[in-house]
Amino acid sequence: MAFELNCPVPLRHETIQMAHGGGGRMMRDLLEAVMLPAFRNDTLESRHDSALLPDPGSRLAFTTDTYVVRPRFFPGGDIGELAVYGTVNDLAMAGATPRFLSVGMILEEGYPIEELRRVVASMRRAADRCGVAIVTGDTKVVDKGKGDGIYINTAGIGSVPGDLVVGPGQVRPGDAVILSGDVGRHGVAVMSVREGIAFQTPVESDCAPLHGLVRGLLDGGVTPHCLRDATRGGLAAVLNEIATDGKVGVEVVEAAVPVVPGVEGACEMLGLDPLYVACEGCLVAFVAGPDADRAVILLRAREGGEGAVRIGTVVEDGRGTVILRTRLGTRRILDLLSGEQLPRIC
Amino acid sequence: MRFLDEYRDPVAAGKWVAAIRALVTRPWNIMEVCGGQTHSIVRFGIDELLPPSIRLIHGPGCPVCVTPVELIDKAVAIAARPEVIFCSFGDMLRVPGSASDLFRVKSLGGDVRIVYSPLDAVKVAEENPGRKVVFFAVGFETTAPANALAVAEAHRRGLGNFSVLVSHVLVPPALEAVLSAPGRIVDGLLAAGHVCAVMGTEEYPPIALRHRVPIVVTAFEPLDLLEGIHMVVKQLEEGRHEVENQYHRLVRAGGNRPAQDLVKEVFRVKDRAWRGIGTIPMSGLGLREDYAAFDAEGIFEVEGVGGPESPDCRSGLVLQGLLKPTECPAFGTTCTPDNPLGATMVSNEGACAAYYRYRRHSQEPAHGV
Repeated sequence: MAFELNCPVPLRHETIQMAHGGGGRMMRDLLEAVMLPAFRNDTLESRHDSALLPDPGSRLAFTTDTYVVRPRFFPGGDIGELAVYGTVNDLAMAGATPRFLSVGMILEEGYPIEELRRVVASMRRAADRCGVAIVTGDTKVVDKGKGDGIYINTAGIGSVPGDLVVGPGQVRPGDAVILSGDVGRHGVAVMSVREGIAFQTPVESDCAPLHGLVRGLLDGGVTPHCLRDATRGGLAAVLNEIATDGKVGVEVVEAAVPVVPGVEGACEMLGLDPLYVACEGCLVAFVAGPDADRAVILLRAREGGEGAVRIGTVVEDGRGTVILRTRLGTRRILDLLSGEQLPRIC
Repeated sequence: MRFLDEYRDPVAAGKWVAAIRALVTRPWNIMEVCGGQTHSIVRFGIDELLPPSIRLIHGPGCPVCVTPVELIDKAVAIAARPEVIFCSFGDMLRVPGSASDLFRVKSLGGDVRIVYSPLDAVKVAEENPGRKVVFFAVGFETTAPANALAVAEAHRRGLGNFSVLVSHVLVPPALEAVLSAPGRIVDGLLAAGHVCAVMGTEEYPPIALRHRVPIVVTAFEPLDLLEGIHMVVKQLEEGRHEVENQYHRLVRAGGNRPAQDLVKEVFRVKDRAWRGIGTIPMSGLGLREDYAAFDAEGIFEVEGVGGPESPDCRSGLVLQGLLKPTECPAFGTTCTPDNPLGATMVSNEGACAAYYRYRRHSQEPAHGV
């Protein structure tokens, strides 16, 4: 029989109770009424303490990330799909094909179960879109006031084909820096809801899986030297991490970095630099110089990569400096920030 | 983006640069007064486009930077109280007091919130009648009207749980102080466009006349700044010292009268200490008697709170244009944005932070894309 997401088993409570994490009948009810129907697959159905996974016959990539985004639902996404895409993207950045996810949830006492159903349904949709199965999980409940509704940890396993090595150590002077799309949308979307700032053109998060873009490059014969998804700290943070770890300099052309008008306007108003604002569906690929044009074409052919552009070049610089060529043709450093960007006074 | 790209056009910028080059016959020191201008100049590398004989000096117009350390200490003391919700603009949170900062207070359990408008703080007060809501009213003439409006609104709504910690400063007295300082090197000024949008330009002709300096009211985008610099250089080369308005798309001679009236209704002019500079007579705003009930300093009895400034911080000299950030021995060594000695290293508009963020780069040739 086909499984119906919107036909949940009734639960006695409408909100999360401490007993839902207590190991007793209520916890079992919650799992059977909410989690299992949403994530259903054979491995999960076996109900072991551990999921038994087939041997993929290749190297494995393994990663984990925790999601505490506030608000939990924002224009263009929610914490559930973010928790799937975020970990899938971390796997993809190692060149891996994402295969399996675990889900650990920390729920706050009093959290509406209706919302939990929405979150897990969203996770299932996201997992299906990425071709990954959620094969094991855990649920804990904390006292009211000790959490923010729901926190989600996901860990992911992916298989890495052949002898593919992708990482900062592979980056070489002369490499081209390719960006898969415009930057800053996730950060501005979340900020607009969190701070109650309404913009004329609402900005939606770019929250999306990136493994398809990586697949596009590999299938098209371009082996990226390094891949990184631009999340917290934005594009600037990613470039700095790779420059430092790869012991190379990076030169970026400011005018080449796409920023949609809604993001640009919001950043101007708040005194933020879009290059430091978070993305959740944007990757930076370092490819050999001669592969640059092909990489752009391959990315543009895939969903989510339509806006791919070359934004810069890797240069010799053992100190790992990132230099921005400004719109006026001057050069300045594009540094890591000390902390979060703070909106300025005037 | 419309209304932005046209002020950042590289071809037009090149024309202004060429025009400035054609004018200059000798070295000139030009001070941009406002921290927002400093930030723009360093972000876009405008000073690097100018002929070497034109030196830009970064002025005292960063409200975060000139807020005295005692006031940060008072903010920290008030924000740490359990009954208080302390609301502030974002960039005040990292500014170091003598022993702590507002981020640290937050991490220790203080209820410190970032707001985007002082009226948001009034709303917080309305929604939390059982708590005392304090807004950190910081800024120059630009933020004074909105902060005055918040106090007037709280008064109108009868909110007894709202107050403001006032740290308002005024531009003209600071310019007087900078221009009167012994060893002054400033030849001309770019006045702060947004301050003049509120206050108008009428305060400036006596200053230009008394100190024989050209003053050009200037906006913040690259082309604005280049045009403003061109106007100052032209006056200097022609031996004039007048007040001119580059930012005529926004600034009127009389300014914004309703905003000025609101400021006068709520605030009075008083002596004010400037961080790193010292007390400047009649250079700040305090609440009028009628609004004394909204004065957080009185409510929380923080008189006498406040420790000393770091002895290694030379931000006072930087704020007066007497020292470039990179000339300070602490710059980038004992003083960094992660561990700032003074506010100029913290604020978005602080000269030290701007230099740290944009200016430690190698001088290797550019590679093409």
